[in-house]
Amino acid sequence: MSEVRGIVVAHGDLARCLVETAEGIAGVSGALVPISNVERSPAELSSRIREAVGRGPAIVFVDLVSGSCAHAARSAAREGADVSVICGVSLAILLDFMFHNDMELIDLSDRLIEKGHAGTSAFLPDSL
Amino acid sequence: MTLVLFRIDERLLHGQVIVGWGMRLGIDYYVVVGDGLAESDWEQDLYSAGLPERTTADFVSVAQAIERFEELDARSGRGALLTRGTGEMRALAEAGLLAGRRINLGGLHASEGRRRVLTYVCLTRAESEDLKIIAETASRVTARDLPAGREVELRDLVDVVD
Repeated sequence: MSEVRGIVVAHGDLARCLVETAEGIAGVSGALVPISNVERSPAELSSRIREAVGRGPAIVFVDLVSGSCAHAARSAAREGADVSVICGVSLAILLDFMFHNDMELIDLSDRLIEKGHAGTSAFLPDSL
Repeated sequence: MTLVLFRIDERLLHGQVIVGWGMRLGIDYYVVVGDGLAESDWEQDLYSAGLPERTTADFVSVAQAIERFEELDARSGRGALLTRGTGEMRALAEAGLLAGRRINLGGLHASEGRRRVLTYVCLTRAESEDLKIIAETASRVTARDLPAGREVELRDLVDVVD
């Protein structure tokens, strides 16, 4: 089974920063491709994502559930390849992806969504 | 007149619009004008995904926007009308609907045939002509990506293209 490709699409310089930071923590490189939306039209951004996805399987991680990155990722994902789009990317999600990208796409996607939820916690003043 | 923002932005309902403009202006409803969008349930779902609670979006064709403009501009709350390109906004201008309104050019990015004017605005000659037609009836046409950004007058945009 082929490894799932990981593509991170985000506003500004966020994708590059997330990927470099995840690689720095995990000591793994090359598992994630960062793509920025800066100065890219929707069509150009979709085209760049499709290029990175290739024939899949792939997960496209985006920062916001709505925005030019999510729109472009979902548009690109509709075009036939074996692709999931996960919105609300975080370092916790990317680190887990890097060590489990040999899983089946759907199982991995479900796992990462759970990791993302679990990674968002609040410690309120009276519970610290 | 409850439509308080008229914006040309090929990204339509995205972060700068929903957060940058929408939060600042207190937008309650969006009217997205585009012939293809008005017929695509999938695209409507895509663009509506991140709307804040109690904020709505209507997707209408150019013809529907012209026919329903009075109603779209008289709703409760504050609205924003968005088009993906200059052509749709020009059609509204030619229908006489933009008199006295300010038109905001927010994002047309690099593609074949376009010339870069600002980091977020690239124009073809045809788009430049559309903007001039819009300016004949609108009170003002300027480029500005975010409310706090620098406002650039139309003449400074089209001079680069002409």
